[in-house]
Parts: sequence; C-alpha cells; structure tokens
Amino acid sequence: MANDVWVYIEHKEGAVTPMSFELLGIGKTLADGFGSNLCAFVVGEGIDAIAKEAGTYGASKVFAVDAGVFKGFRADAYAKATAFLFDKYKPEVALFRATSQGTDIAAAAAAQLGSGICSDAIGLAVDGGKLKMTKAAFGGNYTVTVVNEKSQPQIATVRPKAFAMPEQDASKSAEVVKESFVVDEASLNTKVLEFIKSAVAINLVEADIIVSGGRGLGNAEGFDLLKELAEVIGGGVGASRAAVDSGWITVDQQVGQTGKTVKPKIYIACGISGAIQHLAGMRTSDCIVAINKDPDAPIFKAATFGIVGDYKQVVPKLIEKFKGKLGK
Amino acid sequence: MKIVACVKQVPDTEAEVKWDIPGGKLKRDAMDCVTNAFDEYAIEEALLTRENHDGEIVAISMGPEKAMDVLRNCLALTVNEVKLCTDAAFEGSDTFATASVLAAAIKKVGDVDIVYCGKQSTDGNTGVVGAALASILGWSQLTYVSKIRSIDGAGKKIVVERAIEGGTEVVEAKLPAVVSVLKGINEPRLPNLMGIRKASKMEIPQWNAADLGVDTGKVGTAGASTKVVEIAVPPPRGAGEILKGEIEDMANTLTDKLIDLKVIK
Ligand SMILES: Cc1cc2nc3c(=O)[nH]c(=O)nc-3n(C[C@H](O)[C@H](O)[C@H](O)COP(=O)(O)OP(=O)(O)OC[C@H]3O[C@@H](n4cnc5c(N)ncnc54)[C@H](O)[C@@H]3O)c2cc1C
Repeated sequence: MANDVWVYIEHKEGAVTPMSFELLGIGKTLADGFGSNLCAFVVGEGIDAIAKEAGTYGASKVFAVDAGVFKGFRADAYAKATAFLFDKYKPEVALFRATSQGTDIAAAAAAQLGSGICSDAIGLAVDGGKLKMTKAAFGGNYTVTVVNEKSQPQIATVRPKAFAMPEQDASKSAEVVKESFVVDEASLNTKVLEFIKSAVAINLVEADIIVSGGRGLGNAEGFDLLKELAEVIGGGVGASRAAVDSGWITVDQQVGQTGKTVKPKIYIACGISGAIQHLAGMRTSDCIVAINKDPDAPIFKAATFGIVGDYKQVVPKLIEKFKGKLGK
Repeated sequence: MKIVACVKQVPDTEAEVKWDIPGGKLKRDAMDCVTNAFDEYAIEEALLTRENHDGEIVAISMGPEKAMDVLRNCLALTVNEVKLCTDAAFEGSDTFATASVLAAAIKKVGDVDIVYCGKQSTDGNTGVVGAALASILGWSQLTYVSKIRSIDGAGKKIVVERAIEGGTEVVEAKLPAVVSVLKGINEPRLPNLMGIRKASKMEIPQWNAADLGVDTGKVGTAGASTKVVEIAVPPPRGAGEILKGEIEDMANTLTDKLIDLKVIK
C-alpha cells in the first residue's frame, strides 16, 4: 500500500541464508520513518518456508510469487514478477541487496517501470517524507546522496553488510499473500545449464574476516601462508589486483574497484600498498590491519592497526599467537 | 554477426575530481579522462568474437564531444564503425536515460546480435546499465560474464559463464543478447601505431536526440528521476595505531586486540 517499504528476499533455488533477510533491518527503520508497513516479497518455486521466515525477521506482510517457471533465478522472469507486484501494490520503496541477483532484478524491473535506481547504497534515511539514498562514488572518495522525486517505487540496491542484521524472533509471523502470476517459458530468453560451485568456500562479500595479499607477497606461495592465517581465524582470502595480475590467485578474489567491494569486520592487508583503487573495495571495513614493510605505505592511513614489517616474519607469528590464544 | 560494444569515457581514477556542486554533476570537461576500465574488456571481447565468427563491430558511446577520444581508441583497435551519441539534452542522464539512449542507438544500428558492455563504470559505479539495456530491448540479459563458451550465430544462441556468488553459472541464451563482462574474461590488447595513426584522421559520426528519435524530456537532467542533493567527503577513518616493538610483542598485542573484537571464534 501507499508508503510501504518492500524488501526483496533472495534465495538460491529455495535455499536462504540469514543474509537473505538482512535488509529487513533497515527496511523496518525506513517503514517506521514513513509510518508505514514493512513488507517482503519472494519469487521462486516452493517458497512457503522462506515467506514464513521473513515474518520472523520483522516483515508484517510477505508477497509470494510461486510457480515452476521461477525455479532457479532468471533475471527476465524474476524482473517480470517484480514489475507485476510493484504495479499492483505500488510500494513507496523497494530494496534489493547489491548482489548479482539483487542488481540484476532491480535493474531490469526498474527499466521495465521506467524508474530511477540508486545502486550499492551505503546510507538510507527518511527525511521530510522522502527517502535519501547515499552511495559511494569515485572509489569511495565521495559520497553522493540522491532523492527520487519522480518514480515509484524508489528502488535501491544496498551494499551487503552496510546495515545491521535484524534480530530473528520466532514468535513473530507475517501474513503471506500468494500471487498467481506466471510467465510463459517461451517468452523467456535464458536457461541455466549448470552451476559449478566455487572451490573457494568463503564468499568474500559475506565474510566477516578477510586476509588479503598483494604484490608484496612476492610469489604465489605467500598466499599459502595467508590461507593458513585465514583458516585459523575463520576468514576468507582476498587479494590486490597486482597479486591477481601476477597469477598468484584467481580473479574472483580481487578486492577493489575492478574486483569485489567487501565490508568485513576485520580486513588484514599484507604486502598491499593501499592504492586508491584497492581502498575503494575495502575502506568501509570495520577494522583494517595493515602489514607492510614500508612505513610510508598509504595503507597505514586507512588502517586501524598497523605493523611495519616483513609479512614473512609477522604472519607466522600471528598464526602462532592466534593458535595459542584460541586453543587451536 | 553484428556486434556492438558500449564504451564510456570516465575520469581517470587518479585524476582530481571536479564537481559542479549546484548541478550535482561532474565537470567532465575539466578532468583527465580515459576509457572505463571494464569497457576495455568489452571491446576486447567484441574483437575476439569478430575473429572467431566474422562480422563487424560498432562501438557506441554516449557522452560529451570529448568522448570522441574513447571512440578513436576503439577505431585504433580496428572496430569497424563508431557512433557518438551526444546532445546537450543528454547531460545529467541517469542510468535509465543512458540505457534508453544506448538502446535507441542499437536499434538504429540495426540487426545487432550481441552487445558487449563492461560490468560497471568506475565513476558512477552503478553497474545497472547493461541489465537495463537488455530489459529495454527485451533481449537476453547476461551479466557478470566471465567467459563466452560458444556462440551459434545461425542458431541464434549463446552460452556463457557467469561468475556469481558461490560459483559459476552456465547459461544458454537466445540472441540477441546484452553481455556485460567482468575483469578477467580476456586480456585487452593495445592499439598498434598504424591503427592509432589511421584512427586519428577518421571522422567520428555523431547522433543527437533527433537522430535517435529520443524524447528530450525523458533524458538528461529533465528526465532523470534521481536528483543529487548532497555530495560529501566521507569522514576520514580515525587515526590508526601503529604498533611498536619486537615482532613478538606486536603480534601479541595485535592478536589480543583482534580477539577482543569478538569476531574471531
Ligand atoms: C582502472 C583501475 C582499476 C584498478 N582496480 C584495482 C582493484 O580492483 N583492486 C586493486 O587492488 N587494485 C586495482 N588497481 C591497481 C592499483 O592501482 C594498484 O596498482 C594495486 O592495488 C597495487 O597492488 P599492491 O598494493 O598489491 O602492489 P604495490 O602497490 O606494488 O604494493 C606492494 C606493497 O607491498 C609491500 N611489501 C613488499 N614486500 C613486502 C614484504 N615482504 N612484507 C610486507 N610488505 C611488503 C610494499 O612496501 C608495497 O607497499 C586498479 C588500477 C586502475 C588504473
């Protein structure tokens, strides 16, 4: 209904993680700001459980588009369902996670509706009855705040982990509204043939801890040491572009402007100088640790804690200390 | 096969950013500009597709006159044709307007099989133009593409790999398709001297709003649904602490401090 705030719940063929419900936290804050309701919507096949679970994270109403044609994410199919819902219920705000799925569907649905979109928002606030959306531009050297005065809903994709997770409360439940909307398979352009799971277990965008290496590692073996540290503290392994371009690690682990944007609670940069394009991808991390042998390296300006030294000496010491203190 | 590569001119990431604050826009004319890094992969993929499947490449850019430079670079890389979509009315376009202009240009080129775009621009960082373009054209939307597995021009089919969260998705799609590519899909080549020399003398054809049949009320600042209300410099990170002492002591202190954050289990 008018003024309602809608959150898209993403899933992979019916599988969710708590992060799927992440935006119900900020969604609630915005709905309170508008004096309206927080709603969620899910598209897929066999998604009853997901719709119900959204209620436990604070949605008061959940719209579910459930049909065989929506098994497995396909941008065109999901965007059509989304545009249908927006057209029918006219929400004020629609939030998507700035993941591949969230961005794909938000961009396509916005285009179908001729709507504006703010992507990768890191700030959202209601101010004088309007939604103010803030995003980083130019490698995070600037933030730009926009309002959408013309189109409804106001669509934003939101950087993962930019806002706090909502508390789950099993006693809460939502009204689930089932929509019988389908699209004709023949009208769709794509078919997923297979999904090859990555050998890298940790998705950097969701990781709370990342140990990253740069050119300063000197060789691919340097990453073995970083992986060991990451394992001890339960983190993922990232890299600078220089390390990726040297062939020491795969490109899907690159952090920065032409790689991934990450926001872990702890980011440990080893042998990374801190170029603006690297900082663009990690400067909003909660705690940044820099290990670099050059005391003038720019990374120290962004660091919460810094150690000036050779990573080959520092990292094994950290592994030893962590193992001892964590009883591993 | 007819291939389009969409390219954008962006400020050099190292360059000083100059804003037109009241207008909420960049002063693009006053800044050092380069080809958007992701678009270099799009151009290269277009060249590779042409090598493997024949056909011709049209590189399209929307931007001010100055954006000619990036198209000239495309010509030096031997694309067959370039088109600069430029009009005072396009200035201040949001992503939907940009995609609308590019869609109009692609329709005007006609009979296009594949459109290559970069994943996102390094200035606006929106990463939605490729998807919006596919949606407006009603073509296959293939984003985050890390590899082209096969293209069947006669059968009007393409199979690509998409690098998404947790792994690689293999997707078969109908042509025409809009394919936005990631870093790593290829190694962009550099233009050679002869190419550069030839390109320097070539004419850059321009299309304005009237040529494209674009409604000027729906693009640019006039059509943008999002309006910039504030541009700010984010607060600097608090002064960090450089640990002192022997490695043994520094490692001891650091591990204590990190464990205190209660993130490590
Ligand atoms: C358009 C564009 C996009 C880009 N996108 C990205 C991106 O997405 N991500 C990215 O990371 N970069 C990106 N870059 C590249 C970026 O500009 C830097 O070149 C890159 O980040 C440098 O990587 P680095 O810090 O590992 O290497 P360097 O800058 O070479 O730094 C290596 C550091 O290691 C230190 N060191 C050396 N030996 C040791 C040792 N034994 N122990 C400890 N420290 C040591 C050195 O003091 C130095 O500070 C981009 C560039 C451009 C132009």
